[in-house]
Amino acid sequence: MVAQESHQHSAPQGFIRKWVFSLDHKVIGLQYYFLALTAVFVGMFLSLLMRIHLIWPTAVLPLVGEIKPETYLALVTMHGTIMVFFVLTTAPQGGFGNYFLPIQIGAPDMAFPVLNMLSFWTTFVAYVVMLSAFFVVGGAPLHGWTGYAPLSALQSAGPGEGLGADLWITSIALFCIASLMGALNFITTTLDMRAKGMSMMRMPLTCWSWFITAILGLLAFGVLLSAGILLLMDRNIGTSFFLPLGTINGQLTGHKGGSPLLWQHLFWFFGHPEVYIAILPGMGVASQVLSTFSRKPIFGYKAMVYAMLAIGLLGFMVWGHHMFMSGMSPYTAFAFSIMTMAIGVPSAIKTFNWLGTLHKARIRFQSPMLFAIGFVSLFVSGGLSGPFLAQPALDIPLHDTAFVPGHFHLIMGVAAIFGIFAATYYWFPKMFGRMMNEKLARIHFFLTLIGTYSVFMPMHYLGLAGQPRRYSQLTELAYLHPLIGLNTFMTYAAIITVAAQLIFLFNLFWSMFKGPKASDNPWEATTLEWTTATPPPHDNFGGRTPVVNHGPYEYSVPGAPRDYVMQTDPATVAAAH
Amino acid sequence: MASFTPTIPAPHPTTSRGKRGDLPPGVGGGDGGRPDPGSPDYGARLRRARLGLAVALTPIMMLFVAFTSAYIVRQGLPTFDPNTNTVVHDWIPVRLPTLLFLVNTCVLLLSSVTLERARRQLARQVALEPVQSIPGVSLGTERKFPWLALTIILGLSFLAGQWLAWSDLAARGFYVATGPSSSFVYLLTGAHAVHLLGGILALLAAGVSIVLNRPLASRRIVVDVTAWYWHFMALLWIYILALLEFAR
Repeated sequence: MVAQESHQHSAPQGFIRKWVFSLDHKVIGLQYYFLALTAVFVGMFLSLLMRIHLIWPTAVLPLVGEIKPETYLALVTMHGTIMVFFVLTTAPQGGFGNYFLPIQIGAPDMAFPVLNMLSFWTTFVAYVVMLSAFFVVGGAPLHGWTGYAPLSALQSAGPGEGLGADLWITSIALFCIASLMGALNFITTTLDMRAKGMSMMRMPLTCWSWFITAILGLLAFGVLLSAGILLLMDRNIGTSFFLPLGTINGQLTGHKGGSPLLWQHLFWFFGHPEVYIAILPGMGVASQVLSTFSRKPIFGYKAMVYAMLAIGLLGFMVWGHHMFMSGMSPYTAFAFSIMTMAIGVPSAIKTFNWLGTLHKARIRFQSPMLFAIGFVSLFVSGGLSGPFLAQPALDIPLHDTAFVPGHFHLIMGVAAIFGIFAATYYWFPKMFGRMMNEKLARIHFFLTLIGTYSVFMPMHYLGLAGQPRRYSQLTELAYLHPLIGLNTFMTYAAIITVAAQLIFLFNLFWSMFKGPKASDNPWEATTLEWTTATPPPHDNFGGRTPVVNHGPYEYSVPGAPRDYVMQTDPATVAAAH
Repeated sequence: MASFTPTIPAPHPTTSRGKRGDLPPGVGGGDGGRPDPGSPDYGARLRRARLGLAVALTPIMMLFVAFTSAYIVRQGLPTFDPNTNTVVHDWIPVRLPTLLFLVNTCVLLLSSVTLERARRQLARQVALEPVQSIPGVSLGTERKFPWLALTIILGLSFLAGQWLAWSDLAARGFYVATGPSSSFVYLLTGAHAVHLLGGILALLAAGVSIVLNRPLASRRIVVDVTAWYWHFMALLWIYILALLEFAR
């Protein structure tokens, strides 16, 4: 038995080996989670500064003082970068994926534990480098999270485009390498370390989503890395990959012949799959939670898997829809437009199946379920504005307005965050051995749902009314005066939403130490993590090797003694069926 | 349990599990708590390492795919010339040190062959290890040619050859920022050299493990995976050379 364990390592004893440079995927998962938790509060603080500045442009704010236009752009850049990379990519995949993928497929650890540790610590260094951009001469870069050249490619293009931008690119490059190491681990683990009986089509949908996310990351991050290398060369060695002939302050830059569009193509070839890297794990968690709390098998398991694969595949063919405004042959734009709208099909399949799972179910409205339903709601309302932007004729007037931030914040930002919340409330008992406070969780849910809708839904109207995005000051424009009231409302909603997150933070840490003890399977769920101790032992299953006899979502099976059949239950449990 | 008090020093019998055969897997070691290298899951570890390598080659391929697409796009781009007010092409083909590159190619291909010999030699040693550990059985002294060391030397020679090629380019006035074509020559060959250097470091690690007398099986896995990586690097180099030579 012992010999069959592929990663039979005894639990480390010292603090450093156990909690800092740990090889245990569970500890690494928690490290990723808490890194993302600090990052999300930094990102949220930056967004609050922006919202306050938009309605009180002369206010002197804490830590940043008076907000000049370039300060505002620096806030935009750092908010976007920190949220996309260090929250939406880090928490669902690095955090929960690391913690639960091996357990859910019945493996004792990741395939390459040392690589896993390196992956986290490279992410950590990338995060520190990113934050350090705030504190160097000139401050943080101005080029947005998309880093468009030529703004990002010239040292003299703005106050933050000196050392700050170099740090930004370095951080992104490190993050790419870390994510590639992580993706390598996820794919190898999923393919090679599944327990006996855990066929691919018996994996929980969370594992499928992490697996597909890892494939997307594997193909996408290498391209971003290449773009980052070229950008660093343009900035520091004097090459002209992205820089056309041009002047700055009346002086020739010395570069010529390069193409800013080339940067956009390379960036968005990564950037669009990145959107799915952020949202796919949320889809997996939503499926898992909806099925568990509906006490029904997930509606159309295979369709869910194929839909995720289709989304992943199509996600690589649509990057051009971010560039309709940048100049593109109408025929190319047409092709990208059609491919983009084709993503609506697998997305609709997933939505239909989630609703089918809820249909006529005896739903248990506990906190993970509330957030999963919230995820579906946000996925629909955020996704519906996608087909608008997918059409060049509509995208061109809307692209540089607040409509686009409204769209992507609802679907990529808030929906993915709701996925993270659902996962937190769902797996907290397994991770920390205690239950979170349900009452606080409900208050947190309703405040967050109403708050985020109040912040981001009006952005669509603002965009249609012509409010531009990335502008630091809107109060001086006469045609935007009627919109100031709505903007003020959104800022108050943002303040309330951020305050509601403090409830979550309190609940998280209070429950970690003071919450009621959790049983091994508090939600009466079926997947493998609920068959082991709480919290799981060092090798996940205490020396046992689980054998899987059932699919992941066998709820309310006719003839079974309970309303759920664990994946490890004997094969004959449901024989009467 | 009392009978196991370690007061009497008993010689450790050597079994298929290497030199610590009497210890249960996972207890001995001290190499980060890895499983005993001779334990039955050695085959599984080799398979997993190979799978991991195959996955790892994908982003490396994507990196060079992205460079290639940038190369092709940049090559076709016109640029505006302010002196003549016309649109011109600024892509000046670099005259490559072709002969030197061909010599380097031969060195790299040769190193691929020697590493393949090293890989097979180690596979054979691992397979024969249990037989040789039977008391009284001897297979005679096998000739152990230092294929690994030869590969490292050839790999370093290739890098030195690349360095000569870069010096040659620089001597003829082609620097990184001279023009788009020379930027790409340095970029592609440089990125390849960095990747090959990674392979050399892995082989050095395998070499160090001989000195440290680490288990044979671990070294075999490192060399096996590095060999596949190395062959990929050789193919990648031929691709880069073809791109630079025929698509300029």
